[in-house]
Formats: sequence, structure tokens, C-alpha cells
Amino acid sequence: MVDQPSWDLLADLQLLLEFHFMQNALLAGTLVALLAGATGYFIVLRGQSFAAHTLSQVGFPGAAAGILLHLSPVLGLIGFCVTAALGIGLRGRGLDAGWRGESAAVGGILAFALAVGLLFFSLYAGSVEAIYAFLFGSILGVTDRDVLVTALTAALALLALAVIGRPLIFASVDPEAAEARGVPVRALALAFLVLVALSVAVAVQIVGTLLVFALLVTPGAAAQRLTPRPGLGLGLSTVLSLLFVWSGLSVAYFSPLPVGFAVTTLAFGTYVLARAR
Amino acid sequence: MAADPEPVLSFAAATAELGGRTVWRDVDLEIKAGEFVAVLGPNGAGKTTLIKCVLGLIPLARGRLTVFGRPVQRGSDRVGYLPQRRSFDADLRIRGVDLVRLGLDGADWGLPLPFARAKSARVAEVIRLVGAEAYARRPIGELSGGEQQRLLIAQALVAGARMLLLDEPLESLDLNNQQAISSLIRRICREHQVTVLLVAHDVNPILPFLDRVVYVAQGQVVSGRPEAVITTETLTRLYGAPVEVLRTSDGRLVVVGQQEPVSYHGHG
Amino acid sequence: MSHILAYDFMRNAALAGTGIALAAGLAGYFVVLRNQVFTSDALGHVAFTSGLGALVGGVQLLAGVFGGTIAVALGMGGLGGRARGRDVAVGTVFAWVLGCGVLFLSLYSRGRSAAGGTAGVSLLFGSILGLRPAQAVTAAAAGVVISALLLLIARPLLFLSVDPDVAAARGVPATALSFGFLVLLGATVAEAVQAVGALLILGLLVMPAATAQRLTARPYLGLALSGVLAVLFVWAGLVLAFYLPYPASFLITTLAFATYLVSRWGWLW
Repeated sequence: MVDQPSWDLLADLQLLLEFHFMQNALLAGTLVALLAGATGYFIVLRGQSFAAHTLSQVGFPGAAAGILLHLSPVLGLIGFCVTAALGIGLRGRGLDAGWRGESAAVGGILAFALAVGLLFFSLYAGSVEAIYAFLFGSILGVTDRDVLVTALTAALALLALAVIGRPLIFASVDPEAAEARGVPVRALALAFLVLVALSVAVAVQIVGTLLVFALLVTPGAAAQRLTPRPGLGLGLSTVLSLLFVWSGLSVAYFSPLPVGFAVTTLAFGTYVLARAR
Repeated sequence: MAADPEPVLSFAAATAELGGRTVWRDVDLEIKAGEFVAVLGPNGAGKTTLIKCVLGLIPLARGRLTVFGRPVQRGSDRVGYLPQRRSFDADLRIRGVDLVRLGLDGADWGLPLPFARAKSARVAEVIRLVGAEAYARRPIGELSGGEQQRLLIAQALVAGARMLLLDEPLESLDLNNQQAISSLIRRICREHQVTVLLVAHDVNPILPFLDRVVYVAQGQVVSGRPEAVITTETLTRLYGAPVEVLRTSDGRLVVVGQQEPVSYHGHG
Repeated sequence: MSHILAYDFMRNAALAGTGIALAAGLAGYFVVLRNQVFTSDALGHVAFTSGLGALVGGVQLLAGVFGGTIAVALGMGGLGGRARGRDVAVGTVFAWVLGCGVLFLSLYSRGRSAAGGTAGVSLLFGSILGLRPAQAVTAAAAGVVISALLLLIARPLLFLSVDPDVAAARGVPATALSFGFLVLLGATVAEAVQAVGALLILGLLVMPAATAQRLTARPYLGLALSGVLAVLFVWAGLVLAFYLPYPASFLITTLAFATYLVSRWGWLW
């Protein structure tokens, strides 16, 4: 970007908010971070980071389809991710990359999803930049309608997470005991996967399909290394997620560094520090 | 017992160390050809280390170990090995017969020649010996634990093993399969004069067949005849927990109580 | 059909594609057997980043792709583990690797936006129809060399993959062989990036092998079948790409995935 930071926080904040696209990106990014931080904590607790990775790649053709059909890409993302989440959830057991046949099948699905995304983008005949935006994130692409969809999605998903949070922790930590105490473990698992799908769908706008892991899983993983207390961990995960997004967007605005690079580097550094502790 | 007076396996003043810690020291032990030997001892006492020394996978820290009269050597055709707790995932799409064949020439470079009749015949021979003809051509992952175990014994034998090192081969098998596999091992031992060293937790299924018991505990390895070792006093001392040896009405020995984590009462 | 090969770009694609596919099919058989699908996926990401890093650093692209991928493959072997998909550490590291790729992409494309953009997309999704004759010959030769080396270590590698304890006891050099295979896998991934791209690697590497393992439980037949299937997918994909307005790597991946689904379906019934 053309603007240089003055390192006067107030003035820089004004610079950041000068353009409409950046207001949109920051607004959507904040909502995304709130949702991703909270969901991410549960993803790590439940050992479902691989499912999150899978859902994000399945989202790539969804974004492309959204553009191709002149809908919002977020709607395409939500449609594909939620469908995939229901598919995974209704199989009855989690995705397990440690299992030979399953990892081959999932690997095939991942490659095929990206190939279909490539097809859609080539049909759309748009610029290369559109592909990059949905693979690696962008700060330019968030429209007013995307912000609205993101806000609605994040509000609904956070509300749902607040409602099911406590039994979900129980069911994640000790499924047998939770089931015996009357917690609907399977229904919760399915509902949670749908929430993961929604988080992935909105997060892709900021960091892209391939880098969602850094925003959705890494904050939760780092938080769990730092504290064993669920409430604190959940809060820490959200704070880290917000920090990654805000810094990533600012770096991308003030410097030529891409947002995806900034977010993944922060995530990687934080995780290394959390592990080293 | 065997006609061959030379010991097939001989430890002399042998000491094994793992990561600087002495596992057992000053072991003197001789096993004769065709003996059926049980290796007993509590968890972590060094039974698997003993087996791995005989395979040449872990070098001795001190002392001497000869196998078939020669210094121990890795990858010997005369020693067959069945590692501990090995079961194949349901999605491993490799046939049993291929697994047995790998025991014969799996360490060679390149691809196998398609018309190596002698090798195929040898593979068929050991599969017949263990009675696995019916399912040897099915994927190994689809077979039951007992069926897998038979094929693995065939694999251990296929290169012409004169000694079998079996690390807990009866674990995780049901009672019927435990008896079937132990009588198969005994038949191989008796009819083909193959020496058997069998690591076991539960000694009951093999108790009637044993020529000798080697027990590994508290840094020591001691051997003796089953009647001498399988007694309430010796086993209780060996496991550091109360164990009782009973004699049934038809004269068989039964070992009870060795799994129970009860507190120590001085002596059993 | 013969007039397809009258075009230089199709001849180059067919030549390179055959060598690449053969190596990918053979290596893929062991990838599935050894459960290294996600190691391969991760290596694909590395290939993307190291290719762009080479461009930024002014090194030849292919040298960067091969060098970077093989070096990281060796490093992963040194860490001793297989990259399991559920592992948070691995996911975070490889998200960062891709993030660095994006950085290189933006550095490279600054000032020459069209060329930079194309280089990135070629690395991500393959560029088999855009190979020059010399590149095609190199790719084919590398594919043949990799395949020959894989066949040389095939038997002990098979033993080690299905039965590591006994293989070690029987004298298979386990560590050397694991490292050797990772190097060959890194080279194969670097090769395959030229055909289907860094993101679609698994389509050519894993799908033919997974199909072959569904169809037969005979190891050497499965290995051969995997190689043959991969070559067929590439040929069929190239022919279709000649007539249809769709990207070749999409067609190759789709054919491979569809065949896998059919093989799985048929097996279930």
C-alpha cells in the first residue's frame, strides 16, 4: 500500500480506517477472529484439526462457485463447507489421517476439491488475483454484502457456541461419561462440525483456503499449551486470533507483505514460543 | 531330547545395557537344539532385550553370545523372529502369502523374478506346515488374530529357521487360539527339531510342553526345569507379587494370581 | 488421434507426462502403504514455496523446486515422524511454509505482475502444456531415473513398510531405506509439480496407488498397476485437454479421483 505508518497509533488508526475496503476488511476480520478463536479452542480440544483442514480445502471450489454464479463467495463457501461438514458428521466417526485407507481417500478428496476450484476459476476466466485471494487471503475483496453475511454468520455461530459450550467441553473431554450423564454426544458432534464449517467459510475471506489452519487451529493449540483452564484458554485463543488478524491486516495495509504471510508467520512464531515455554 | 550335544544358544558372562542402564548382568545360559523354552518375567525386566540380543539387534555390553556355535549375527536365516504385539490394520492390502515370501527374500534388492519356483514352493511348504492354506491368499488385514499369527510363524520359519524367537505370540488371542497356536509351536519344535524361545506372560497354555524355563527378573537371568521354577515360592519371588501354583487332579500345573495387583504379604 | 502429436506442445507434454506419471505411480504405491499421504501433501506445499523462492533469488525454478523439496524431505526424515494430518505442529509449520510462498510470490510479481502471477499459478496447478522441449526431456529422464531407483529398492522397502520389526531383524537397513525413500519421494513430488501442480499432487501420487491397492492385494502387481494407471490418467487427461477448454491438471485429477471412487464402490459390493 502507499501509506506509510507514522508509528503514532492514533494517526495510524485513522490511516487504517481511511478507505472503505479496509473498514470492511477490519470489521469482517474482527468478527472472523472472534469466531475462529472460540471454535479453534474446541477444535484442538476435540483433536479435529484435520477435519478443519479438510473443510477449508473443500471450501475453495465453493468460493469459486459463488463468484461464478454471481453470488457472494462467502455464500458459496458456507454452502460447500456446511455440506461437507454434514457429510463428515453423518459418517458417524471422525476423520482419521492415521488410517491408511482413509488418508488416501481424504487426500483424493482434497486434491479433487482444489481441482474443481481451478476449473471454476478457469470457467470464470477472471484474473489470477481472484485465485490467489481465495487460496492465500486478501484484504481487498470484502464487500459490504460479505460483511453483512459474515456478521450474521458469526453472531449466530457464537450464540450457538455459547449455548452448547459447556456440554461440548464435557463431551469432548470424556465422551463416555458425558453420554452416561445424558449429554447428546453425537448431536453435539454434528452441530459442532457445522460451526467449524461456518468458521472456516468466513475465515477464508481473510487468510484464504490454504492458510485457515493458522487462524483457526494454531491460536487454540497455543492457548492450550499456555493454560489448562478451559475459560482462560478459550479467552486466550480468541485474543490470539484477534491479534493475528489485526496485525496481519495492518501489516498488509502498510507494507507490501501479503496478509497470509503476516498471519501465518505470527501464528508460527506464537506457537513456537508457546511450545518452548 | 535332541541328539546334538552342542548348545544352539550360549550366553557367557553376558551383560546388556540400554541407554546406560544395565538390563541384566553376568548371564550364563545354554539352550540345546530342539528345546522348548519359556522366557518368563515381569514387565520391563529385559525379556525382549534378551530376544533382540540373540537377533543381533542389540549388542552385548560385555560377555559373549554364540548362536549355533558362531558369534551372533544379524539377519541369520537360521533364526526366525516373531515380534511382540503385531497385528495388521484392516486396510493393509497385502496377501498373507506375500508377507511369508518377504521373510524369505525381502531383504534382497530389486524386484523378485516372476518364475522363482523353488522359492514359491518353499513358501507353499511352510504355509502348509502351519495349516494356513485356506486363507493365505487373502489380504492379511482381513484375517483374524489367530490366522495372522499362523502366517507370521510361517514367515519366521520360511528362510529355514532352526530356532524360533517368539515374543508374546499368545497375547491378545482367545483361549481356543492360544491352545491351537501353542500346540502348533510344539509340533514344529518336536517334529522338526526347531528350538523355541517363547516369551510369555501367561504360562498356562504352554506349561505342558516346556522343557525349560528361563526367567528374567531384577537384573538376573536364571534357567531351570519347569518343575523347579514353576513353584509358588520361586514365582512369587520372581514377580514380587503373590503367585500360587496349583496341581490339578490329572497332574497338570496351573499358575494363578500373577496378574492381581494385591499388596505384598511377605511370602505366598 | 495421431494429429494430436503433430503439435510440439502435445509431444512435449506426452513425453514429460509419461516419465512423471510413472515415477508418481510407483512412489505413490509406497506412499499409501507407508501411510505418508500427508507427508506428500506437505512436500507439495514445500515445492511451491521453494520454486518461488528460487525465482526471487534468481536461481533456476526447477533447481529450487527439486533442491527445496528434497532438503525438506530429508529434514522430515531426520525428525523421525510421519506428518500426520491431525498434528497441530505440522499443520502450523506448513501453513507458514505456504505463507512464505505467498511472500515470495508477491516479491517476485512486483514490477512484472503478469509473469509473476503465471509462475505462481503454474506451480500451484501445473503447466504440462507449456513445457519447452528441453524441459520435457529433463522431466522424462528424471522420471525414468526415479522409477528405476524405486524398483531397485522395491522389495526391501515393501518388507520394511509392512513389517518393520522383522525386516530390521532380517537385515534390511531400515534407517537408510526410509531416508532413501523420502529423497525419492521429494524428487517425485518436485517432478509431479510440473504436471499437476503443487496443490493437486495427491491426485497423481496417491489416487492411482489407492486404486491399485483396492484392485489387488498382490504387491508387485499393485505396484505395476499403480504406475500404469498414473500414466493412463496423464495420457487421457492430455487428450481430453486437447479437445476441451478445461485445464489439463483438473482433467487428470478428476479422472484419477473418479477411477478411485469406482474401484472403491466396486470393492464394497
